[in-house]
Amino acid sequence: MRKKIDLRGWALPAAVLAVWWVATTEGWVNTKLIVPPGNVLLVAAKTLAEPVFWQGVLFSVVRDASGFVLGALTGIALGGLLGASRRAEHVIGPSFHALRQISLFAWLPLLSTWFGYGEGAKLVFIALSTLYPVTLGTFEGVRSITRQHVEVGRIYRFTRTQFAFRLLLPGAAPQIATGLTLGLVSAWVATIGSEFLLANWGNGLGNIIIKGRAAFNVELIIVGMLAIGIVGGMLNHLAARIEARTLHWQARH
Amino acid sequence: MAQAGTLEVKSLSKHYRVKEESLPVLDDLCLAIRPGEFVSIVGASGCGKSTLLRLIIGLEGDYRGEILLDGQRISGTSLDRGIVFQEHRLFPWLTVEQNVAVGVLNAPGGQEEKWKSVQEHIELVGLKGFETAYPHQLSGGMSQRVAIARALVSRPEVLLLDEPFGALDALTRSHLQRELERIWRAEGITAILVTHDVEEAVALGDRVVVMQPRPGRIKRIVDVPLPRSRDRGSRAFAAIKDDVLGEFAAPPRMALFDPPSERTPLFSDLRFSI
Repeated sequence: MRKKIDLRGWALPAAVLAVWWVATTEGWVNTKLIVPPGNVLLVAAKTLAEPVFWQGVLFSVVRDASGFVLGALTGIALGGLLGASRRAEHVIGPSFHALRQISLFAWLPLLSTWFGYGEGAKLVFIALSTLYPVTLGTFEGVRSITRQHVEVGRIYRFTRTQFAFRLLLPGAAPQIATGLTLGLVSAWVATIGSEFLLANWGNGLGNIIIKGRAAFNVELIIVGMLAIGIVGGMLNHLAARIEARTLHWQARH
Repeated sequence: MAQAGTLEVKSLSKHYRVKEESLPVLDDLCLAIRPGEFVSIVGASGCGKSTLLRLIIGLEGDYRGEILLDGQRISGTSLDRGIVFQEHRLFPWLTVEQNVAVGVLNAPGGQEEKWKSVQEHIELVGLKGFETAYPHQLSGGMSQRVAIARALVSRPEVLLLDEPFGALDALTRSHLQRELERIWRAEGITAILVTHDVEEAVALGDRVVVMQPRPGRIKRIVDVPLPRSRDRGSRAFAAIKDDVLGEFAAPPRMALFDPPSERTPLFSDLRFSI
């Protein structure tokens, strides 16, 4: 069954667009700074026709996915360890929570000192941004597994591997999914952020905006922003679909 | 296929440590159970009856005395002893047949043989057609049937039941009691049922062990020499039931104090919902 689309959500964007359009055509604003929506559309059509744009999208998405996978796998392993072992929680936990207090962007100077402005630094930065939410989600998930279920594992003589993959991982899956969803959002933010702040005039959606700014091309900046929003939204939509499929065993309330 | 086991409990004592204090839970308990026998254990809460089952299944250690299965001292959990708890404890991410298969995950034998056993036991508990259902789609009684199948699928010698029907409504409970009797007969297994329902204990047990609390010990063992399936309306049934209930005509102190639940030190972080 398809859900009927609720049009009310479109009211606000439509109003903004209308005000924008009227404001620029009536000349209420400086159209050098606030460009007419029609121009944005034209630049968008031109940009989309260039292979460089699609190359940029591809680079950004691949960059995002690589950093995300790296951070997610590390996060699941770390969160699982912290959740399953009290000793690990006592030894590693405080350092983890202390490091978490350092704003992600504060890592950038150090990362660029170590890794330069190339792919390596960007990848580590994106992975780090994914690591925190995924670790926390996995930790919470593993901690939510009941003693009763652990006893079932003991009764049926689960090995360590069976405990990890047949109890901890599936048992923590709902919270891991939440962590991954949050991780995906921050990975995309970090991807664009890394393209801005570790800019090396390379490929990526972030670079389109930088080019637009350098050329004082406001239309191009807006096109870049829209592209970033749309790609990010599509990534989240994809993640939600995958989550719903994997967690179909959950009772829906 | 495993045979029904002889279970011997000799001078069994168990203490819990609660805030530096030693709390006796079981004191010098002796009980011998014949192969294929059905023994019911009744007692007020805090009499250590669940602890006794947890010791026999091997989830708890650190006791004095002996627990012998076919003359062998038990150590830890083992697939030759199965258990069903009051909560079904199924894994919500597995289907009915996958949950039952957990019982044979580490059992010897080939995949095909195991799968056959899984299907047989799903049929035994009357859940044919529900193999691919998830626990959230099942009623409480059906979930408990799955738990019984999981406990039996590795063909253990002893089946332990810790208030298995305690959380079910009266109608489902009496239906499942009859089903349990049928399954016990079909499997020819030794069974120990812990319950606080005296009628259930008398209806199912060859013997009813009455326990008393603080510290947990056996007060009396009542034989139930009635033919199966038992007519609960009969005079003989009522007489035995009254006899067992008579043992609960407790001294007033039992009513005045709420005895600390035997599970308190174990399940302080209980986050389970049925």
